[in-house]
Amino acid sequence: MSGESTYNPGTGFTQWLDTRLPILRLAHDSFIDYPTPKNLNYWWTFGGILTFCLVTQIVTGIILAMHYTPHVDFAFNSVEHIMRNVNYGWLIRYIHANGASMFFIAVYIHMFRGLYYGSYKAPREVLWILGVVIYLLMMAAAFMGYVLPWGQMSLWGATVITNLFGAIPLIGENIAIWLWGGYSVDNPTLNRFFSLHYLIPFLIFGVVILHIWALHVPGNNNPTGISVKTKQDTIPFHPYYTVKDGFALAIFLILFSYFIFFAPNVLGHADNYIQANPLVTPAHIVPEWYLLPFYAILRAVPDKLGGVALMFGAIFVLFLLPWLDTSKVRSARYRPLFRQFYVLFILDCLLLGYLGAQPAEGIYIVLARIGTIYYFAHFLVVLPVLGIVEKPKAIPESISEPVLAAKPAE
Amino acid sequence: MAEQEKPQTSPETEQPNRRDFLYLATGAFAAVGVANVVWPLVHQMNPDASVKALASIEVDLSSVETGQSITVTWRGKPVFIRRRTEAEITEARGVAITDLPDPQGDGERVQKDEWLVMVGICTHLGCVPLGQSGDFNGWFCPCHGSHYDTSGRIRKGPAPKNLEVPTYEFVNDTRIKIG
Amino acid sequence: MRKAIKTVLGASLMVVGLLAPAQAAGDAKQPGVIDWSFNGPFGTYDRDALRRGYQVYKEVCASCHSMNQLSFRNLSQDGGPEFTEAEVKALAKEYVVEDGPDDYGDMFERDALPSDRFVAPYPNDNAARAANGGAYPPDLSLINKARSGGPDYIHALLSGYQDAPEGVEMRPGLYYNPYMAGGKIAMPSPLMEDLLEYGDGTPATVEQMSLDVTHFLNWAAEPELEARKRTGFMVLIYLAIFAGLMYATMRKIWADLH
Repeated sequence: MSGESTYNPGTGFTQWLDTRLPILRLAHDSFIDYPTPKNLNYWWTFGGILTFCLVTQIVTGIILAMHYTPHVDFAFNSVEHIMRNVNYGWLIRYIHANGASMFFIAVYIHMFRGLYYGSYKAPREVLWILGVVIYLLMMAAAFMGYVLPWGQMSLWGATVITNLFGAIPLIGENIAIWLWGGYSVDNPTLNRFFSLHYLIPFLIFGVVILHIWALHVPGNNNPTGISVKTKQDTIPFHPYYTVKDGFALAIFLILFSYFIFFAPNVLGHADNYIQANPLVTPAHIVPEWYLLPFYAILRAVPDKLGGVALMFGAIFVLFLLPWLDTSKVRSARYRPLFRQFYVLFILDCLLLGYLGAQPAEGIYIVLARIGTIYYFAHFLVVLPVLGIVEKPKAIPESISEPVLAAKPAE
Repeated sequence: MAEQEKPQTSPETEQPNRRDFLYLATGAFAAVGVANVVWPLVHQMNPDASVKALASIEVDLSSVETGQSITVTWRGKPVFIRRRTEAEITEARGVAITDLPDPQGDGERVQKDEWLVMVGICTHLGCVPLGQSGDFNGWFCPCHGSHYDTSGRIRKGPAPKNLEVPTYEFVNDTRIKIG
Repeated sequence: MRKAIKTVLGASLMVVGLLAPAQAAGDAKQPGVIDWSFNGPFGTYDRDALRRGYQVYKEVCASCHSMNQLSFRNLSQDGGPEFTEAEVKALAKEYVVEDGPDDYGDMFERDALPSDRFVAPYPNDNAARAANGGAYPPDLSLINKARSGGPDYIHALLSGYQDAPEGVEMRPGLYYNPYMAGGKIAMPSPLMEDLLEYGDGTPATVEQMSLDVTHFLNWAAEPELEARKRTGFMVLIYLAIFAGLMYATMRKIWADLH
């Protein structure tokens, strides 16, 4: 979108259309001739993979909604009806259920790629913030989607999460009741969650369009973090990156298919194949794996309000990231110290994820507190200080320089 | 998924044929994949296993007197079962078949003269006709004024076809199995 | 970046390694691992085991446990016990179901048809609870998916009853089973030697009946398993070839750049 459009309508019809609704011009400039840095590695293919995930979830979700009944008496059975009677119902449901996990695997890689190469720094702050908005919406959609099968984890997960809002002083109780439409998670809750679960993916789709827009104004970051200087630094998106994204997607689909066909329930929880029972709580209530680090932070704090505040704070701090990182150097390639803290941060997130799945007792609590402290320290202390004390390595003149110089760039 | 690579018009194509073949093969392979994905997405809307299992019903006719009708539900649609009077049968037999909009003899529409079994859906636009009314003492569809006779054949009005006779069989003298 | 990836990958493998046993932990005994015929990427059900398992369910489990998600017609579908349709008709006919209302508004009883659901032993959950000393016998349609450990756990539980060890006090109505979390289960040991006579002459040992009924329950929980694994195999072959083609295409296209 930056620079001159190279679109050249070939036929009479496309010329006619171009003067009325230049949609083909937009597509051409955005996805065909869009100038892309020539040195993007495979970590950059996850944007395309995520688009694929979103479309897959929307298509399979619309199909599932054709057969699903959002009522506490029928929801569980209608899911089994999908699994047993609907033609290819098991396939479509397993794609949707595992697709959620695949979506999060892809989004985490995408985010950690951004963290490593400094893709959130000027002039891409808005791009990053929109990404965090998408991530938040994804978590809301995933959470509500997990409630719909109306198994034990659905009910009790929803109960625990909605009770978080009860921590808000004064109005918390009323907010929880408002969310439930009653005095506990029940039929009205299931109905509204179904409605919102259907809505949110389309909101995500809208924000994705803004996200791509915000990407195409400054253009892609790249592994060197150096801004594009000349035309020599870029190549057209098509065919170079369409084919690279396509190849990466094929590999991603192999992993996806493995889960769908050979391990469709490993990422879920056995208790969710027991119909929801408001009188019996499962022994361990565990959210889906992708929410575990936040769950660990929530439980690390001995105070209800404090836990909720820190959990939301853990996401909110991502919004501030572009201004917390004081280093002018984008890519971690030239930031030796940051690289070590980056690895430490990933390990911290994995540790928190592990702790989120453990019972909240003994050593687990202690570790979760240490993990939580480091999580926040990384953003609030390490990143601001590093920018001042760290001595970056020598940075090449342009993107082309290290590419031309020698192969091993690291 | 459906990345269709266009052959590059690059100046230094060493082996244009091999290259074109590769692009074509990849594109064709992707297209095959997409086609295979589309089928489950379409087929899921066809009747499912539990619906197909209910596709036939048995009806007990022992309590239906001559001149009476019953309506049963089959595949979500009404099925009219009428035990016809002698007068009705004679009337249905007396029509010149060539005069009918949808020519069909009464004998082709019943298995036993007395019992008329047909799907109670007007062949015009799917309304349910009213029994023993209309200009031909058969059925009359109030939606758009189609008249059916005592054999359920269309005689007047916009409907193009006779009322449909479902596949059915007599299990014994007083029981039929529809579907 | 490469070094960073290695470190992270190593750590994640460690986390996964820690996670797996941690989730299954607790105070219950670990069930032994059985080499089921339906395990693995090419696994299929053993039709004879499924038929014997159905017999065990019908003659033993069904007196307390419902299987509400299954219909008689499922017994003849592909990938299951694959009884003939005539056999299924006969099996269904052994049961009576309530239907109606008839033309006079009354409910009536009729023989079950293949399209009917399995007939539950109790009219509702409360009746089931009341008849079993307050402990609800769970519906078995999904039991293999609803318990961590799946078929291994179910088999271990069914065949693993023991006398309570010294010092473990059992209230009346509870039975000792080391595979149950907490060691106490409200279901008395359901299987004993020669409890039934198999149609195919297989000796009805506790181990055999337990294996068979677990096999059957696994099919009940995952009737799509055979079709799923078959489809999955084709999909993976397709994707492997497609990825190869994409890679070759990518190399060709990128070769233009230099």
